[in-house]
Amino acid sequence: MHITAAEPDQSRRRWISYLLGTSLGATILSFLYPVLRFVVPPLASEPSLSEIELDVKASDIAHNSGRIVPFAGKPVLLLRTATGELKALAATCTHLACTVQYRAERADVWCACHNGIYDTNGTNISGPPPRPLAKLDVNVRGEKIVLRRS
Amino acid sequence: MSEARRLSSGEAEGGPSAPRLSPLAWVRDRLGWDDIAHLAAKKEVPIHRHTVFYYLGGMALFLFLVQVATGILLLLYYRPSATEAFESVQYIMAEVPFGWLIRSIHAWGANLFVGVVLLHLASVFFLKAYRAPREMTWISGAILLFLTFGFGFSGYLLPWNTLSYFATKVGTDVPAQIPGIGPLLSRILRGGSDVTGATLSRFYGIHVAILPAITTLFLGLHLILVQKKGMSVPPSVERERSPRTMRFVPDFLLRDMVGWLTAVGLLAALSAFFPYELGRKADPFASAPAGIRPEWYFLSMFQALKYLPAEIAGVPGETLGVLFFGALAVVLVGVPLLDRGSSAGRPSPWWNRLAAVALLGALLLALLALLPAPGEATS
Repeated sequence: MHITAAEPDQSRRRWISYLLGTSLGATILSFLYPVLRFVVPPLASEPSLSEIELDVKASDIAHNSGRIVPFAGKPVLLLRTATGELKALAATCTHLACTVQYRAERADVWCACHNGIYDTNGTNISGPPPRPLAKLDVNVRGEKIVLRRS
Repeated sequence: MSEARRLSSGEAEGGPSAPRLSPLAWVRDRLGWDDIAHLAAKKEVPIHRHTVFYYLGGMALFLFLVQVATGILLLLYYRPSATEAFESVQYIMAEVPFGWLIRSIHAWGANLFVGVVLLHLASVFFLKAYRAPREMTWISGAILLFLTFGFGFSGYLLPWNTLSYFATKVGTDVPAQIPGIGPLLSRILRGGSDVTGATLSRFYGIHVAILPAITTLFLGLHLILVQKKGMSVPPSVERERSPRTMRFVPDFLLRDMVGWLTAVGLLAALSAFFPYELGRKADPFASAPAGIRPEWYFLSMFQALKYLPAEIAGVPGETLGVLFFGALAVVLVGVPLLDRGSSAGRPSPWWNRLAAVALLGALLLALLALLPAPGEATS
């Protein structure tokens, strides 16, 4: 007898608990949303350059040498081969994103982090790098060097 | 009792033959959850005409936790250097998704927090909750109040804008007036003889590491004492009858949560309609702008220092002022030890009158500080 009397009471209690629980959950979710959005950084608002003029003069780059120059916030390896040709490669190693360097004594491009080796066209020839380095177009206008995404 | 019955009743402890607990029961067992639940179930809150003031402590705690959470989030983007601080806050306000919300809640929340802490202090004072055996609860609370002011003062400089730069210049010059150790204290605070990037580094360290560490200790002590001693019943109520009580869990806690939700709503509304301003970047070689004032909770001290003459009986006026505020702080901490009458169960009308005069005085000075000074343009 008392069980049947208690039943509607129990179901009402369960309903109220459900309402309280779901509103609490919804409230917490509404707090979490802005926090999660805040933690994810905004996309870098760097200008989407496709071409830059370097401060370096073409004649200042010796044969069989290379140097790192910035291009749209990322390092680029500008090198001149022993035969005098100017080349530009994305300097971020395709293995684990270290910055590569030109090795004059072997005339190749070398990553010091895990001994990855590329040739001067950016092709991966030895070590762990899975892909070649991206090539950029190099043009010389008068004395100025102009880099452009290819 | 047979081995099988002992096992099935779950009384066996440890050993290879111990019953397998469900993962949830295991966690509860190893945490000692039942002891905690038992303690929580025992906690009761007296019901009488002043019960509403019991909510202020919980509200202060909640707002403090809001400050901790939003403060940690701001650390992800803030850069504590003279060249980058202002720009990083600008970046938070303008570029980071919901950055304006997080920073505005932190800044508005700081003001609301100080306000609630002061109300908590006043209610505990006038309801004589500091009388025996709760003296240490008051003393730890008074220290937490000073730490709160420290948070407000150190955090104010971090956006590195003109207002905060000059407020910090003045504020760190005040302790320099203390005879003897004053100049050294000022140098320690500033990290040099002037307010520079070194001061910013120092205030940053104070704001996010030193003060939180000390506060954790005193807040822990304060909360443990509140749990151990239970809620104080005001003498006026105690004289009439022993009041009814309600359970803390869930009756009082749910009422608490209604207040907390309201506070979050208020903070979100303030932040949305009045995003906290950033002002102009601090320039150490610019003149102080007209109408410069500290945060509202320092206004009375700021105004009192303005009125002091340059010299009183051969002693610099500023020095006397600083010593006076220092003495006030000592009296505030020592109230439960000085007010013997309350602890003995007698009314202490003189303490009430003294506190009322001090409160009205502080309020009047703060209002005067808000009026434009003679010759100052009203804007």
